[in-house]
Amino acid sequence: MTTTSTSKTAAGTGGLSRRTLLKTGAAAAGLAAGSGAITGFPTIWAQNPITLRQFGTGVSNLNAIAEKCKEDLGITLEMTATDSDAAAQRAVTQPDSYDIADIEYWIAKKVFPAGVMQPMEVSRLKYYDKIVPLFIDGKLAPDSVIAQGTAPHTVGFVDGKESTTFASAPTDWLTMVPTIYNADTLGIRPDLVGREITSWADIMDPAFKGKTSILNIPSIGIMDAAMIMEALGEIEYADKGNMTQEEIDKTIDFLIKAKKDGQFRAFWKSFDESVNLMASGEVVIQSMWSPAVAAVRSRGIPCVYQPLKEGYRAWGGGIGLAKHLSGAKLDAAYEYIDWYLSGWVGAYLNRQGYYSAAMETAKEYMSEDEWSFWVEGKPAAGDILSPDGKVMEKAGAVRDGGSFTERMGKVACWNSVMDEDRYMVRRWNEFIAA
Amino acid sequence: MTAAANPPAAHEAAPDGTPPARRLARIGTAAAAYLQAAPLALILGAFLLAPLAMIVAVSFWDYDFARLYPDFVLTNYIETLGSAVTWRIYLNTFKYAAIVWVLTLVIGFWVAYFLAFHVRSQTMQMVLFLICTVPFLTSNIIRMISWIPVLGRNGLVNTALVDLGIVPAPIEWLLYSDFAVVLAMVHLYTLFMVTPIFNTLMRIDRALVEAARDAGASSFQVLTNVILPLAKPGMAIGTIFVVTLVMADFITVQVMSGGQSASVALMMRNQMSLLQYPAAAANAVVLLAIVLLLVAAILRVVDIRKEL
Repeated sequence: MTTTSTSKTAAGTGGLSRRTLLKTGAAAAGLAAGSGAITGFPTIWAQNPITLRQFGTGVSNLNAIAEKCKEDLGITLEMTATDSDAAAQRAVTQPDSYDIADIEYWIAKKVFPAGVMQPMEVSRLKYYDKIVPLFIDGKLAPDSVIAQGTAPHTVGFVDGKESTTFASAPTDWLTMVPTIYNADTLGIRPDLVGREITSWADIMDPAFKGKTSILNIPSIGIMDAAMIMEALGEIEYADKGNMTQEEIDKTIDFLIKAKKDGQFRAFWKSFDESVNLMASGEVVIQSMWSPAVAAVRSRGIPCVYQPLKEGYRAWGGGIGLAKHLSGAKLDAAYEYIDWYLSGWVGAYLNRQGYYSAAMETAKEYMSEDEWSFWVEGKPAAGDILSPDGKVMEKAGAVRDGGSFTERMGKVACWNSVMDEDRYMVRRWNEFIAA
Repeated sequence: MTAAANPPAAHEAAPDGTPPARRLARIGTAAAAYLQAAPLALILGAFLLAPLAMIVAVSFWDYDFARLYPDFVLTNYIETLGSAVTWRIYLNTFKYAAIVWVLTLVIGFWVAYFLAFHVRSQTMQMVLFLICTVPFLTSNIIRMISWIPVLGRNGLVNTALVDLGIVPAPIEWLLYSDFAVVLAMVHLYTLFMVTPIFNTLMRIDRALVEAARDAGASSFQVLTNVILPLAKPGMAIGTIFVVTLVMADFITVQVMSGGQSASVALMMRNQMSLLQYPAAAANAVVLLAIVLLLVAAILRVVDIRKEL
């Protein structure tokens, strides 16, 4: 009781001061940048409030992060959330409308060559060596096999400050600092499927005719389709993440046939659509994202993020800097990034079922039970709470798919942008229109 | 026309020795006319013609996944017009337009006729007409999405039918189907038919109906020989509204078909969201041409200005 009221008051005052600061923020930032007196001491931001405009996909554009950032750094974050296509669009077409781009790596592959972002100096990043190697050399463990598709490390570095082409090996210039990632799979309604689901191919089972769905975001949907095709033994791709025209044709033709046979109930484009399809029982097995599974479960409806034998389709996001950032704002952005990797945010993301790019620092901000449930895949000793205090999992529950290494170690492919992107999109449109 | 007529007039006036004051006054009237026309011309120019010109220009540009390249290539048109998918999508869109048009026309006329001829008091007419517009106080997305829990597999209709034992299993085609798309569109767009038809029906001189009755016409003959022909301008205006709305719709198609069907605008939106602006622009130009042709055809059949 007491704690609730206290936190409420704290949030109230936080909101008030933020609003006041917002008003004066822009003017003060301009003044500070103009005077050239800024040297980058943390205290500066409290005296001359700085506002950073961040936009990106909904997953990590969380108000809690903005509030905590304000509290810890005095930097005001103005966040805008969009879907991934719109994020790519905005990043390229309105480069002056944001300071920080919070986007996925496959989007970065589209956006970075357009020259609208600036790479980051590795030497200026405090926690660079805490970043999991997955984002540096692509390997979770030294003996891991690198997954197919646009693996983050392949678009994670450039050769120099002005370079817009990606480097093949780690350099001193990072395109984006990784922040969030996860391994995706199919979501199922265990009460309605009526059998064990073990493979991506199961979504094509005639028993589920008219009760399946895949997502209608071409760059991601095609990867789900590729996992399904390979699981069915219809095709073996040289590289799922970079298909040839023939492979695209074969995949899309197969999808069109399945669609005409009535295998799919719908195609979803946004997070809430996927939640509603599942919760209402319109579909029993579909492409899904982990927080959507949590959302269905939180309504008291059973939903499982089913690990499959062929492995996961992974995605990773990071934050990058807009080209126009300089001076005090640039310093503030670097400080924000250091703060982002310093643990609090990482713990917050881990608790949502995603993974933090700096696991070591996040661990310090999580309880032992939380760490063992979310990251080590062990049964929860007590109830697992969501960041806003709701019970997500009861004591004894085990995370679908197990530990961090088990899940991220079984990644079969990453979300991708292909060389034949334009052709793929055209054929994908055909599939949707068919 | 004015420009062509003016110079000879001025030429004539000068030798006559028109007083300079009168000439000035004439220039004054001309200037006033231009000034009066200027706001509309400027608005249309800046917000309609200029963007249109831009769309046409971009439709000839080249692009890759991140950037647009100003150029003059026909690839976008060749890819758009040369693909069977485009034709299928156009056909599908026409199908929606035709079905929705027929349904909204019938329902719209019915409602307007009831309001205009069966409701006697003018106050009641206005009250009932305003009631028709009440649903429009909410956003059309909300009106559309509220169909989902009604039509779904476990929705109101299916639950009722199954519980009453009318059907053994839920009817699948109620949601995420062409049926759902058409239903939602008819729901959304009927008012656009009701309003102009109601408007024309209200202008019909009641004496004409009496005259027809005196001449021995039955109620049905009055309807087909007097009222329907006189309601044609309203129907034409309503048709233009409904057809252009359906042709340009993407969100209803996307949501109600669950992404299973496509319309022309949805195809454009897909292309735009993938930064393929030139392809979308080419599509827009083609769609614009087709819709303009449709509107021209409607105007040929019914002369809106003459009959209003």
